[in-house]
This record gives sequence, structure tokens and C-alpha cells, in this order.
Amino acid sequence: MRKATLFAGLVAGFSTFAFNAAQAVEIEYWQYVFDTRVKAMDQLIAEFQKANPDITVKHVTFPYADYQTRVIAANMAGQGPDVMQLFYGWLDKFVAGELLQPLPADTFPHDKIESEFFPIVSAMKRGEDYYGLPTAVRSLALFYNKKLFTEAGLDPNNPPKTLDEFVAAAEKIAKHDASGNLTVAGSTLDMGGQDHQWWREVLIRQYGGTPYTDNDEKVNYDNEAGIQALKFYTSLQLEKKIGQAGFMDEGQAAFRAGMAGMTIDGTFRLGSFKTIKDFEWGVTELPANAEGVRSNYASYFANAISAKTEGEELEASKKFLAYLTSPEAMDLWLKEVGELPARRSAALTEKNVQDPIYGPFLRGLEYAHTTLFKDEAAQRQNAIDMANRVLLEGQSVEDSIKQAAEAEQEIIDAAKP
Amino acid sequence: MTVSVERKGAALARPGGMRASGFSMRTKRLLWVWGFLALPILFYSVIRFYPTLQAFWLSLTNWDLLRPAKFIGFTNYTKLFSDPQFWKVFKNTFTYLILGTPISLVLAFAIAFFLDRVRFLHGFIRALYFLPYLTTAAAMAWVWRWFYQPPPIGIINDVFGMLGLPQQPFIRSTDQALYSIMVTAIWAGLGFQIIIFMAGLRAISTTFYEAARIDGLGEWAILRKITLPLLKPTTVFLVVFSSIGFLRIFDQVYNMTTNDPGGPLGSTKPLVLMIYQTAFNSYAMGYAAAQTVVLFTILLIVSLLQLWILREKK
Repeated sequence: MRKATLFAGLVAGFSTFAFNAAQAVEIEYWQYVFDTRVKAMDQLIAEFQKANPDITVKHVTFPYADYQTRVIAANMAGQGPDVMQLFYGWLDKFVAGELLQPLPADTFPHDKIESEFFPIVSAMKRGEDYYGLPTAVRSLALFYNKKLFTEAGLDPNNPPKTLDEFVAAAEKIAKHDASGNLTVAGSTLDMGGQDHQWWREVLIRQYGGTPYTDNDEKVNYDNEAGIQALKFYTSLQLEKKIGQAGFMDEGQAAFRAGMAGMTIDGTFRLGSFKTIKDFEWGVTELPANAEGVRSNYASYFANAISAKTEGEELEASKKFLAYLTSPEAMDLWLKEVGELPARRSAALTEKNVQDPIYGPFLRGLEYAHTTLFKDEAAQRQNAIDMANRVLLEGQSVEDSIKQAAEAEQEIIDAAKP
Repeated sequence: MTVSVERKGAALARPGGMRASGFSMRTKRLLWVWGFLALPILFYSVIRFYPTLQAFWLSLTNWDLLRPAKFIGFTNYTKLFSDPQFWKVFKNTFTYLILGTPISLVLAFAIAFFLDRVRFLHGFIRALYFLPYLTTAAAMAWVWRWFYQPPPIGIINDVFGMLGLPQQPFIRSTDQALYSIMVTAIWAGLGFQIIIFMAGLRAISTTFYEAARIDGLGEWAILRKITLPLLKPTTVFLVVFSSIGFLRIFDQVYNMTTNDPGGPLGSTKPLVLMIYQTAFNSYAMGYAAAQTVVLFTILLIVSLLQLWILREKK
């Protein structure tokens, strides 16, 4: 008798389990491994599943170096995620490869996207369609070491506002030994880090140019603006000697070690810099030029729906993506990851704008530009080589700019789908 | 088991026995041999030969991972040979090979030759030389990368400073970077070559040396007339092995220059790194396959050439 009850119970248990399984939809979400991002996403998924008990989201992660290849290879094998994270710069490739489907306009109406998100989401638009939306965006700012500021006789609560003030402060901070070797940098110089974005989207514009035209498909810096911008950048090492490419191996390492007074870096560096114990640091907007012109570079990872997702999975994916781009998710992301909300309303709250750390990044978002890279790695390499030709081989700035512009145009043309 | 096989064999050897089992002893043996060989052959066909042939085919296409490959003839090859970047990389690769192989072999031989005579702490010293070979190339490259830094953190430049020598840019210079990296690659491979050379030295019978000494030959003559000729098989092996190693150099370069892979200005970039970047940064798989075919051809020619030059003259 007892056995029979037990059996009946088991059968009942199994049948409810089977019933649930038939009702539940499972979708797969892919992103790359970055500790805080993975933790934040786990929390978001838990919240989402609580609100939608019939949907389960399977969270799959890969190391960053493999991530793109995995997505592409999985797609070739007819598998892969339903919702995936992608860098905005990969969009052309992913659209050409038919990896993504346009966001359904019923859940994501265009006028809503355009009015509620920061304008940089237009980088996810191809033709008439949006292919993805970000949870969070990143911008650049100037980090400065308050201890070195004080030691150099500068006011640690009044960081440089213009390029001239930036150079002057850096000159005061920089120290050299008897044989002229740099021992403390005024500011880091690291084209391989964020400096190439600073040069491309900020300095060129401050010298009156625009880096590209025709949807970023035509290189437009082989002119006075490009030359002046690169001259300014390379003179920081060659003439003013406030920094040196390769000093302490990497710019961010030099700043972390307290060996550099200032560095230009993004929101994504906050997590790493927050563990600094030896000195206090501050953040300020990127310096304006003499006329007060400011610019910034913003970038983001967007979430998009795979082209092969359909039926129930598509409905579930739409719900999940809508949740990932909700103000609620953005708040959590800001708290856990430190990246800025992609919606104006969630980002520009009084509290956020007044925040001494997030404030400068958020103000930067208002006037930020987003380069539509065709082959990000190659275009970045091209900027590194351009600076190195001047810094290491003594090539003239004019020749180096000309060579860089031609090479980058070739890269862009070759990458066109 | 063996007993019964032998009995069967004996039975088969008799006239008429052959017909009974259908196969001759020879055929049976062959079947056994091929039965065992089939497994590795199958394995190699699937994971080596098939992808190799596939790479040859891919090199004639414009495959970019995303869209189906389209046959484009020899376009990838003409593009490659007219690319100045390729010739720079080609020159770098051969600099690694032409300087790296002889220097590392001469060093390894000299160390092995003298270490062979050392009795005091012999095992310990040998272990010290071998240790770098056991270390991960990536970890080693990072340590060296920090050694080479400019002041205030680079140890080598610190020592130079103390000795009053001028500071060197090392891996931040287009002239010095390649040699700076080559030194670490030589150092890393030295232990293995020393061990192989020592094994070769030990294998030479001492009677030759005794006879030579009785005949009154000097040390130099012994080295030239006995040691080196008898060490030839070892040398051939190491020359081929080390050449292939230098032609395929990647880990050291990539890890010492991650911020600007193969830089500055491509001055340290070997062919394998170029292939890696073409394939996994730009996703130009067809073009990368063409580069791979070129590397394969170079490896084949260099290896055959060395085997031919160092062949046993009869």
C-alpha cells in the first residue's frame, strides 16, 4: 500500500514536471566572460525568470578572445544563442553574415528608441532597421591622481579643463632622472589603450576636422585638422616630455602604480581603479580646446536577437531583450558593473549627474561620437603605427598622417561586405 | 598464446597448410600490421591530412567564416606577394631562422660539451639549463617583457644605469625588438638542445677517444675528427627541429608585444602571427589559408634542403 502511494506520488511528480517542461521555453543568452558582467547578468536573469516563470534563460559565456569566433562558428553549425551580446563595431559583419534579425518594431518602436536612448544607439541601425540595443554605454574621461597633483603644487579639486591646462599640469607633474629618463609621467601616452579614440573622435574634432565622412566609410583626416591633432599628441612626448609611449608597459598600469599624474580611460576601467589603495584619484571631463569645444568617444555592447530564433523562442527573446533594456536593468548594471545606463531617463538622474565619478562620464555622453569601425583591430593598429612612425622612426607628422589615411581607407574598403 | 601461434605457423609452413587457412603467413602478418597501422592512419587522415588539403582549397577562396566560400583562383596569392607587409614578415621570419638556429645550436653544443666533463653538481646544472624549457612560453615572455622595460621598472636598464651604460629601448625599438625577442626564444629552447646533445655525446663509445689519445691526437682534432662526425645524426635532428621551431615562432612574440602584436611597426612580426591576425582578427580565412600554404611550403623546402645538405655521404 505504501509502495503504491509512493509510486502514485512519483508519477504525479513526473507528470507535473513533464507538464511544466512542455510549457516552459528555454532561450540561450551569450556574452563574454568578465566577472562583474556575468554576475550582473545572473541577477538580471533571476529577476526576469521570477517575473516570467514560463521562460528559462540559459546563460552561456566564453572568454573574450574566443567570443566572436564562437558566435560565428556556432551560427555556421546552425546553433548558437537566441539573444547575444555584441560590440557595436561588429554589427556590419554580423548583419552581412545574417546572424541577426532586425528588432521587431512592435516591441521596439523606432520613435521610442530614438527619443529615449542616447543618440549613439544609431550605430545599431542599418537601413530602416535597428539590430540591437545596449543596456549600458561607456565613455571616456580624464582620471587624475590627487596625490601627485598635491605634490606638484596643483589643486587636487580643480583638475584641468582645457588642453592648455592639461599640458601645464602634466608638465608640473612629470619627473625625470639625471640622464633624462622619465620617472613619473605627467600623463600616460598609450595609443594601444584609449588614446587612439581620443585622437580620432576628440582631438581631430577639436582642431576643426571630422575624422570620417560618408557613414565613416571615407577617411577624412589627411588635412590640417588631422595633422594638428597628431602634432599635439606626439609633441606631448617629443617636445613637452610629459609622457612616453610604453612607459610602465601600459598607460593604465602606470596610473594604477601611481607613476602617472593623469590618464584617459573609459568607464570600464572604474572597477580596476577602485581597488587602488595608495592614493586618491578623481575623474573629470576630457579637456576642451581653447574655444571650449568638447568631444568624447562612446561605445557599447548591444544585445541582439539571433536570425534563427523564431516562434515561442522569439517571443521569449523579445521579452528578455525588452527587460535587458529597461531602466530597472540599467540601474542594476550601473551598480554592479559601473557602466552608464543607455537611456537618458535612467542615466541623467540628479544623483548620477552629481556623482563625482559617474558625472563626468555622463556629461561626456551628451556630446560623444561613436566611430563606425569596419575592422576595429586593424583600424586601431593603424593608429598605433601612425604614432609609432613619428615617435620611433622620426617620420614627419604630415607623411605619417598621409600614410595612415591611405592605409585606413584600404582597410575600410577591404572590409566592406 | 605465442606457443599456439608458433605451432600454427609451423603447420602453415608445411605444403598444403596454406590452403587450409586461406592466407599465407606473410599475408597474415601484413594484415596484422596494417590492422594496427590503420588506426593512426585513419586518425591522421581525419585530423591532419584532410584539413591540410582543405586549407589548400580554402586558399583559393574568399571564405570569411560568415558567407559560403567562393572560388577566386590565385587572387589571394597575388595579393599576398604584392603586400609589402608580407615581405616584411617574411624577412622577420627568416631572421629568426637564420640567426636563431645556428646561434642556439652552437651555444647548446658548447654548453653540452663542457657540461659533459663537469662532475661537480652535474645534475643540478643540467636541471638549471633545462628548466626554461619546462616553463610556459607565455609566462616566460611576460617576465622578459618586464625585464626589457624602460626605466624605472626594467631590470636590465637598471643594471645598465648602474654600470653607466646608456639606456636601451629594447622591445620599444624597431631595430632592437626582434633581437630582444630572439634572445628569449634561444634561451628557452637551449635546455632541450643541451639534453639531446649530451645524450648524443654519451652515445659515442669511449674506445674511440682512448684510441685517439693513444695515437696522440689533440683535443681539437678529436673534436673535429671524432666527436662532430659521430654526432651528426643528433645535429641533423636538432637543426631540423630548431629550424621548424624558429619558422613557427609565435608565443614569445605575441606575449611580449600584446599591446601592439608583432610591433612596433611590425618589426617583430613572424609569419604565424600574421596568419593568426588575418584569420582571427580580420576573419579573412581564405587569405589566411593562402599564407598558411606559403608557410607550409617554406617549412617543407627548408626541411628537405637541410636533410639533403646534412645527408650521409656514402
